[in-house]
Amino acid sequence: MPSLKDLRIRINSVKSTQKITSAMKMVAASKLRRAQSQAEAARPYAERMERMLASLGASAAGSPTAPKLLVGTGADRVHLLVPVTADRGLAGAFNSNIGRLTRNIARRLEAEGKTVKILPVGRKGRDYLKRELASRIVADVNFVGRKAIGFADAEALGLRIVGMLAAGEFDVCTVIYNRFHSVISQLPTEMQLIPTPLPPAGEAGGQASYEFEPDEESMLARLLPQNLAIQLYRALLENAAGFYGSQMTAMDNATRNAGDMIKRLTQNYNRARQANITKELIEIISGAEAV
Amino acid sequence: MPVDLEIVSPEKLLLSGKVDMVVIPAAEGEIGVLPQHAPMIVLLRGGTIRLYQGNRVTEQLFVSGGFAEITTTRVTVLANEATPIAAVSRAEGDRRLAAAEAEYAAADRLDVPALDLAMDHLQSARAMIEAAQAA
Repeated sequence: MPSLKDLRIRINSVKSTQKITSAMKMVAASKLRRAQSQAEAARPYAERMERMLASLGASAAGSPTAPKLLVGTGADRVHLLVPVTADRGLAGAFNSNIGRLTRNIARRLEAEGKTVKILPVGRKGRDYLKRELASRIVADVNFVGRKAIGFADAEALGLRIVGMLAAGEFDVCTVIYNRFHSVISQLPTEMQLIPTPLPPAGEAGGQASYEFEPDEESMLARLLPQNLAIQLYRALLENAAGFYGSQMTAMDNATRNAGDMIKRLTQNYNRARQANITKELIEIISGAEAV
Repeated sequence: MPVDLEIVSPEKLLLSGKVDMVVIPAAEGEIGVLPQHAPMIVLLRGGTIRLYQGNRVTEQLFVSGGFAEITTTRVTVLANEATPIAAVSRAEGDRRLAAAEAEYAAADRLDVPALDLAMDHLQSARAMIEAAQAA
């Protein structure tokens, strides 16, 4: 049976935890709003890029000189996985969901006899994967201490992946990230980057075919790395928005749990106090009777 | 009938509006786009986009490169940045020129795509300095 003083200390400590979690929830909510609007602002570019790529890619995919970025190396032996996670925790299962999915994919690919390389983006993902798949990690990228992610970050990451492809370090590249479905639900998703999955060209809606200047091939040489960067940028932004959403939910739960705990502890405290008073009264009364 | 012009960067929609004519700096020379232009997809080099209402230039924007999609009614410019010409900074241009020169010097002479890219950066930086001087 804890003493009254112990209980008081516990209640106070839970109360300050609750203050912290509710503050974190509020911070996450405001950051979520910013991340969401950033993700929305990036959408027009990605949509138009997709439209261009659809009309360009369709005409180039058949040619034997099509760039590697578009059609891959022709082999399917070495897979590069790029799991995107946050740099910080306290966001429920957000980071470990990605870690788990990555691990499952890696296991599946290895069971098929393929080589797996991992390039984790975000500190938490690296930490998670280091435990079991450390030998597959080739490098890692994180944005620790950065306020917001800019397009330049995605571009740099894209260049790095293009460089690895050019050096023949992998055949297929897949990004694994949390797709932002809603504030309370983020879906771990895998998205193939290389070879580039072409959006269906039909949706351009019977428009006249385009002229290209310069020719298709040099256009593709520029468009594909840009497209890669855009896809990565989108994954990074969705990851950021999802992270704050997930953190908000997690902190909301934590605040509620702390509230429940305070209620229970206060009840215990009051009961103990009552018991003490009763005991003292009994002592006084029986002392008075004895006199 | 005006042309619908959109300038989009990866980070946001920079400009959307109707113009009578727009001149864009395509890789192989400037293209003036009037309504009913043949559909094209072009690569852009560093240079100035000029917006026309009637015969008057209403706005000039510097772009460092990108892509443009032209259809009979619409021009979509995908640019990494588009700065009003008055806000283009000479110092930034100089800085980029120095960086591009270093990149060009460092590029492998046999790596043609890398050389091309470095050349584009050089050109883009020079265009930026030019734009800053013109403003």
